[in-house]
Amino acid sequence: MTIAISSLTKSFGPTHVLRGIDLGIEAGELVALLGPSGSGKTTLLKIIAGLDWPDAGALAVDGQDWLALPAQKRRIGFVFQSYALFPHMTVRDNIAFGLTVRPRAERPGKSVIAARVDQLLGLLQIPHLADRFPTQLSGGQRQRVALGRALAIEPSVLLLDEPFGALDAAIRRDLRRWLREVHEATKSTTIFVTHDQEEAFEMADRVVVMGEGRIEQIGTADQIHDHPASPFVARFMGAVVELPVALRAGRVEAAGLDASALERRAMADGPARLFLRPDAIALEPDAASPWVLSHKASNGAVIRATLRREDGTELPVDLLRHSAPEVTLGAAYRLRPLTGAVFSAEGAAQSGGPSPLPLLKEHRK
Amino acid sequence: MQAATFNPTQTSLVPRLLIGLAVALTLLIVVAPLVYIFARAFGEGWRVYAENLLNPATLHAVWLTTITALIVVPVNIAFGISAAWVVARFRFPGRSLLVTAIEIPFSISPIIAGICYLLLYGRQGLLGPWLADNDLQVMFALPGIVLVTMFVTAPFVAREVLPLMQAQGSDQEQAAVTLGASGWQVFRRVTLPNIKWALLYGAVLCTARAVGEFGGVSVVSGNIRGQTNTLPLHVELLFNDLNATGAFAAASVLTLLALVALVAKTVLEARKAR
Repeated sequence: MTIAISSLTKSFGPTHVLRGIDLGIEAGELVALLGPSGSGKTTLLKIIAGLDWPDAGALAVDGQDWLALPAQKRRIGFVFQSYALFPHMTVRDNIAFGLTVRPRAERPGKSVIAARVDQLLGLLQIPHLADRFPTQLSGGQRQRVALGRALAIEPSVLLLDEPFGALDAAIRRDLRRWLREVHEATKSTTIFVTHDQEEAFEMADRVVVMGEGRIEQIGTADQIHDHPASPFVARFMGAVVELPVALRAGRVEAAGLDASALERRAMADGPARLFLRPDAIALEPDAASPWVLSHKASNGAVIRATLRREDGTELPVDLLRHSAPEVTLGAAYRLRPLTGAVFSAEGAAQSGGPSPLPLLKEHRK
Repeated sequence: MQAATFNPTQTSLVPRLLIGLAVALTLLIVVAPLVYIFARAFGEGWRVYAENLLNPATLHAVWLTTITALIVVPVNIAFGISAAWVVARFRFPGRSLLVTAIEIPFSISPIIAGICYLLLYGRQGLLGPWLADNDLQVMFALPGIVLVTMFVTAPFVAREVLPLMQAQGSDQEQAAVTLGASGWQVFRRVTLPNIKWALLYGAVLCTARAVGEFGGVSVVSGNIRGQTNTLPLHVELLFNDLNATGAFAAASVLTLLALVALVAKTVLEARKAR
């Protein structure tokens, strides 16, 4: 099923939750909506599901207007963050629910439903839990049941709200890989909401970065990492080092900065801001640099160094302990960024602003 | 100073004294009257007890009370579920006012409710002439008794169900909707099973109160023996007739009903806590 969303807006009272969303999703795609809390990603998901309604805009699935269709008729598989399993039903009855509530004429026979549930229990790797109640399951097992219940109705679109939010790290990693496999097997168009970059990039074909009710950027992990479309995305992706620089003939310049590894920008000369990730900066000894190593601490794999300028500005740099050259406290270093994003000074002050590359904010139709 | 931990095996005077006091007061205030009711009811033997119970006026009072409860309790269950659902699931202007309004019967003396109904529906009341013209008898008849009892017991179900619905949120219901369930299927297969113990608990409290209601009903029923006398009113009537054995026999029926409700309530409380 292809999903076409255009100019979707939604407000709760004075709060604009969605400020004009345009998004196209292709059949069989696995897309992540990534953003901090309050970015509107869950509201967008609920609108697609029919559990919430936009103030304006259009939502079409395979050309059909879904805003005219109640949630019951959309055949959505929705997995809630809280799982929302029915506590008074066994795992088997939970998974069968969507089939047993169909009108008598469309309802499959008992043996067909039982066979379908058995097949799903196998796919979910939980056949031994069929007769348990949700309270007798662990978080990861509940997650699988919730997914099974959603898949049982052979959904046109599968929607997951923070699917692994409530699980611990090890189970999370396991389930991610497994969900990806389930997606390969079922090929259903899938959208999931997360605030965890690693999760979004590891699982999704495409990631939609959202901030304050807008889509900031759409792309793959590499695209978004290397070419963030806005200061918001740069910061959200971990480019927390923000330096005022001057642009001259497409090159950034600043005291103590060696920008030779950065590509030239097609931007006008003038003041600009450079966004860097702490782990994408190399340090080179340079007595003329204003940056002095003021602190360093190791966690075994990474040395977190703090550089300090005379005016009190500090910035963090992460160095791999085994491959980066030794650094000494009190010595001056030149920053040599490996990748970085540049935005014009006024663009960085607001959000948005010109992008260093041709816009990645495209709609795929 | 000694640590103030409670240890029943400890031969300290204060706990023993307090426990003794509690037991003595319970015996005096709760158990003694209960025992006395049955002692007096059976005081002149089984035969007299049965005669008193099978008195047509007493039987009619039992019947009237039963009918009232049979009408009031289902209506209140429907009202309680709807009110709790609306308040738990929707945000609308006047929502907190509605919550307060549901609780009003708890804070108003039933007799005032009775008088209000009398002033509204009575012959000299606001709607009295219209009702008389259309030959509708509300006061001093079953409709009046049912209305007042409904008012007095209105909060019981809503109050039990509402906190549970609020705590559970709407995720399960939304999940059921996305899976294709209709409104009625969502209610019957998801909402109702989640609230059933609280609902039954509220219904038991509601029944106990509906059966035992005295003040409000006494104003609107008119106390017509064999016609508009409910069981609690009948007990008073017999007592005023100086028929103590009859009064206690009728009271024993009420007491038995109350004990059944108490047992049901205890069982349901345990279920609800699960």
